[in-house]
Amino acid sequence: MTITRRQLLILLPAAAVAWNYILAGTPEASPNYNMAEHWWAMLVDITKCIGCGSCVRGCQQENHVPDGYYRTWVERYHIEDWQMEYPEVDSPDGGKNGFPPAKETGGKNFFVPKLCNHCADSPCTQVCPVGATFVSPDGVVLVDQKYCLGCRYCVQACPYGCRFINPQTETANKCTLCYHRITKGLTTACCEVCPTGARQLANLKDPKDPIHDFLRTHSVQVLKPQMATRSKCFYNGLDGAVR
Amino acid sequence: MHIPVDGFMYPNEVELQWSVLIVLYPFLTGLVAGAFILASLERVFQVQAVKPTYRLALLTALAFLLVAPMPLQLHLGHPERSFEMYLTPHGSSAMAMFGFVYLWYLLAVLVLEIWLDYRRDIVILSQTTTGWRRAIYRVLTLGSNNISPHALHIDDRAGWLITVIGIPSAFLLHGYVGFIFGSVKANPWWSSPLMPVVFLFSAMVSGIAVVLLLYMLLTRLRGEPIDMRCVDTMARYLFYTFIIDFSLEMLDLVHRIYEADESFRSLDFMVHTRLYFSQIVLQILLGTLAPIILLGITQVIKLSDLVRKRIYATAGCLTLIGIFAMRWNVVIGGQLFSKSFLGYTTYKMGFVAREGLLTAIVLSILPFVFLWALVKILPPWPEKALLARSASPQ
Repeated sequence: MTITRRQLLILLPAAAVAWNYILAGTPEASPNYNMAEHWWAMLVDITKCIGCGSCVRGCQQENHVPDGYYRTWVERYHIEDWQMEYPEVDSPDGGKNGFPPAKETGGKNFFVPKLCNHCADSPCTQVCPVGATFVSPDGVVLVDQKYCLGCRYCVQACPYGCRFINPQTETANKCTLCYHRITKGLTTACCEVCPTGARQLANLKDPKDPIHDFLRTHSVQVLKPQMATRSKCFYNGLDGAVR
Repeated sequence: MHIPVDGFMYPNEVELQWSVLIVLYPFLTGLVAGAFILASLERVFQVQAVKPTYRLALLTALAFLLVAPMPLQLHLGHPERSFEMYLTPHGSSAMAMFGFVYLWYLLAVLVLEIWLDYRRDIVILSQTTTGWRRAIYRVLTLGSNNISPHALHIDDRAGWLITVIGIPSAFLLHGYVGFIFGSVKANPWWSSPLMPVVFLFSAMVSGIAVVLLLYMLLTRLRGEPIDMRCVDTMARYLFYTFIIDFSLEMLDLVHRIYEADESFRSLDFMVHTRLYFSQIVLQILLGTLAPIILLGITQVIKLSDLVRKRIYATAGCLTLIGIFAMRWNVVIGGQLFSKSFLGYTTYKMGFVAREGLLTAIVLSILPFVFLWALVKILPPWPEKALLARSASPQ
């Protein structure tokens, strides 16, 4: 069979597209998991967090997060009565190894665990030039590591500082809500290791999920509601000073 | 590498994401857009006084446009994947449009306009030169040797039409760069609908300044007299554009100060500390007010040619410093404070690194090397051979 130059010119782009498809590979199978039945969220109960840093350590181990970068971290707030708008905040090494003793100068102290808010209208996915970061059909914001350019626009666009560039892969990285675990019926690493149950993974599509009762009976807030990102990380006991 | 931090930053914010190379990118595209808009003054708006700079402005725009994507490529974690922006552009991303805007501007506007404008010269040079130069010009003719008055008339009309299309394209190119920053709602330093407009006017300012300086420098190097009517006109346009640009920037500043939203305290502190030198001293005092005052003096006082030339050269240099400082303050300044508004980080620039100072210096010099090559191949001023040919009947 002979191929003319015209046929070759038509075939080459088609072959390039096919090769790209082959390189993309097939996703990891999870036969018992149905995306359509899930809409994942996280409930963080600030009143229960003791700042032990187990969640940070658990996440780093489970997800091989490089030192100095954080998929989740814990902040400690210290607020004086007369300075409600200007809290003092620290998070030594993301709170991984707990915190030094707090000031005893009055005011109040509390811990705020942070992670990706898995926003339904996430600014980070909006700005990605190639769609390497996306909201999955079950509501988790993910990054395709084989597709990300490493342009860092998403890191700039995240209002919560949840993203970083992994120095090993040179791609954007963030909390995946332990997608590899939750699609197999497990909970996230941070929820698993939290000794006080301050973090609860929730499926908003499951009417039996305890989150529905909790949301009905508690004053729950999201971080930076003015950003209108439809965050799915709900905080109980969130102080107005928290940023 | 230890990065000093004041107050509290979210842990992932300490390291800056966009480096000096991303400062260069809007600076370079600004020069492109500004130079092109200056060229269009002669072509579309019939400002005959700036005719001596028409071709130089086009070549300058092309030289800078060729370098503009380089800092972006060097900055990417995976530059080898950048072509994905063409194959699978993400419709909601401002950045995804970069490749298309860039290609449109490079190929459909600038290269085409330069080719049409130079076509007659290219054909003549392909017949009068020898050796490798002849080979280059023969390729550049693209097989068309027809330089009859009718053909040249068609070239002229087509060139005019492309320039008309090119003006909104130049606005698009740089307004779009401003939009990339202005649309980031997470960052109050950037998030402003004025950002694309400010970028556009600052682009025009920098483009006029660079062509003014290049024209004066190249004319001097060639031993030719500087056309004072031309530089006076350019300086006047630079002055007017600068006033609009400065007014817009002040409007933005006054609005921020008066509104004093939740980010104000943090941003105000930053301007008075970390950005004091680059913002107050370099951008506003030295890079904006000083050239506006200098140019203003030439508008109200009758000065000798020599003094005016010196003032224009000084004002042009200060303008470029000021516009570069403005890009620096936008890009770097926008990353120095925490999105929690509770702390500040530090930008540490390496020297010999992929995104270091040396790379930035090389990328800043590269457009001038390209311009030198372009001027050699496509002289913006009539050469003797071309003049002789023009004098003789065709």
